[in-house]
Amino acid sequence: MTRTRTDWLAHIVLGLGVILFAFPVWLIFAGATQDAGAINRGDLSLLPRLSHLGIFLSVLRHGAADSKIPVWHMLMISALMALGIAIGKIVISFISAYAVVFFRFPFRRIAFWTIFITLMLPVEVRIIPTYAVMANFGMINSFAGLTVPLIASATATLLFRQVFIAIPDELVEAARMDGAGPIRFLRDILVPVSAANIAALFVILFVYGWNQYLWPLLVATDPRLDTIVIGIVQLIDTGSILTPWNTMMAMSLLAIIPPVVVVVAMQRWFVKGLTEVEK
Amino acid sequence: MASLELRGLAKSFGAQTVLERIDLTLGDGEMVVIVGASGCGKSTLLRLVAGLEHPSAGAVILDGRDVTGRDPAERDIAMVFQNYALYPHMSVFENMAYGLRIRRLPRAEIRKRVDEAAAMLGLEALLSRKPRALSGGQRQRVAMGRAIVREPKLFLFDEPLSNLDAKLRVQMRAEIRRLQRRFGITSLYVTHDQVEAMTLGDRLVVMRAGRAAQVATPMEVFAHPADTYVAGFIGAPAMNFLPARLGAGGGAALPASGPAIPFADGRRPGPEGRGLILGIRPEHVLLDAGGMAFAVDLVEPLGSETLLHGRLADGTGLVVKMAGVAPSGELLRVTLPSAELHVFDAESGRRLAPENAGTGPLAGLVATG
Repeated sequence: MTRTRTDWLAHIVLGLGVILFAFPVWLIFAGATQDAGAINRGDLSLLPRLSHLGIFLSVLRHGAADSKIPVWHMLMISALMALGIAIGKIVISFISAYAVVFFRFPFRRIAFWTIFITLMLPVEVRIIPTYAVMANFGMINSFAGLTVPLIASATATLLFRQVFIAIPDELVEAARMDGAGPIRFLRDILVPVSAANIAALFVILFVYGWNQYLWPLLVATDPRLDTIVIGIVQLIDTGSILTPWNTMMAMSLLAIIPPVVVVVAMQRWFVKGLTEVEK
Repeated sequence: MASLELRGLAKSFGAQTVLERIDLTLGDGEMVVIVGASGCGKSTLLRLVAGLEHPSAGAVILDGRDVTGRDPAERDIAMVFQNYALYPHMSVFENMAYGLRIRRLPRAEIRKRVDEAAAMLGLEALLSRKPRALSGGQRQRVAMGRAIVREPKLFLFDEPLSNLDAKLRVQMRAEIRRLQRRFGITSLYVTHDQVEAMTLGDRLVVMRAGRAAQVATPMEVFAHPADTYVAGFIGAPAMNFLPARLGAGGGAALPASGPAIPFADGRRPGPEGRGLILGIRPEHVLLDAGGMAFAVDLVEPLGSETLLHGRLADGTGLVVKMAGVAPSGELLRVTLPSAELHVFDAESGRRLAPENAGTGPLAGLVATG
């Protein structure tokens, strides 16, 4: 009796939660199909105009009215940047954590703490010097300039360090007795054992990379390197022209899709990597 | 398989000495058990032999070749770990094959060796499973299999049974011994369990605080423990110790309470009144109406036998193991048969051999052991 009542209550709360999260997305979807002035006039309908669904395709193929860059290109740049950041971070942090945990070398502690301290210096804090360095290397307006400064970070190194520390010493020793050298151990044991953590980190870092705004805005002025986030924001900044809210909403909706795909595809691994401690 | 020789092996971490000059020789196919309380350096000794640690002094000689500075991989030694240390992402087959794959054995040869080992250990049906889908005993077998397929010169066991439940432990113990005998595997086996030590070893090394207190066959260690530590460590329940003094002429011990006990096997050296410790195993103490007073404060019936805990008149604790059911009454009388008496020096704790040592076949061994 009480059991069913709490079940009902739980479902109602759950339903409300879903509505709360889904409503804005629906609003964007509906808004994208209105005419450009509808939002400015304040009569945004909650019902999409099915006759105007083509806006998604046209934005994707040709971009916003006054821009020459199609949205598919922006999505591609965003995806490449997010992938580059995620993969680059994982590779570098994995290797540096491997060195810090499994090898005894001079200044090991100093090396670790140096990495650790960079936690306190995110891109936003060191943006001017970083820009100067990139400019000196001639990496402004290049894909490398877009990704490399965002790749260096301590968070992933720390995470991998924790994962590696939890690996029993005896597993390392068993591999040594079996004749596995450092590279073999990395490839045959360490990577597979921490696969779930790598996947979880990949999801987090992909979304992090996808959402980057300030750095791409600064380092890449060439429109061909515009990310989707930049593309959306640029629509606001059109001076005397009315902001084309419907186009913006269509682009926003398209911009959500790739991170959602990544999260959904790797969901199982993601949860496993964050919760399960495998021995 | 091969012989192993340890020459003056020592290890210290900073100022702390963990191992002091261990000398030990293992013959081909011999199984030597290193036994001792935790922290006595027995695991360190094993890790030095494996090459996982580097000794501060001394040498490890395997099959006539000095391997002291070599990497574990170059030593051709296999090790079974306490927590099995199976690779969690590999199947049973892959776990066993991994060491062979690194050694670039032909695929067919790997298959053959793993299949043979699996058949021997009853793992055929489990070859495609992951370790997490195995029970403790099965994991233990896989760990053994991983070592066997390598066909190494030497096997090292680091408390391999301590994570198993009691019943399985007895079963695996017998299995390890059977395999070891059948293939003549030269083995070094570390344990803190004296039953494992007694049953598995061709010889025992009883370790204490980084030293080998005694190296001998299990029965020799049991019958002639080299000092009070070994005497108390091997045998359950532990040996009883009573303070005593050497009687005039060295022919008898004078316990703190009770009558003098003449030595059955000869005089002990030293001045009259020299401090002694008498050792007697609980199963050797006899109930005797004419003996010393023994106040019982706890009776533990074990079915076929009974343990009596109590005190002698001077307050010395004593445990008596007797067959059958204990007689009723809290005050019993016991005697210590002199033939079963172990005599130790009170100061050094070392065994005091009779003066006419050399008459007994093992007497010399005991004195140097």
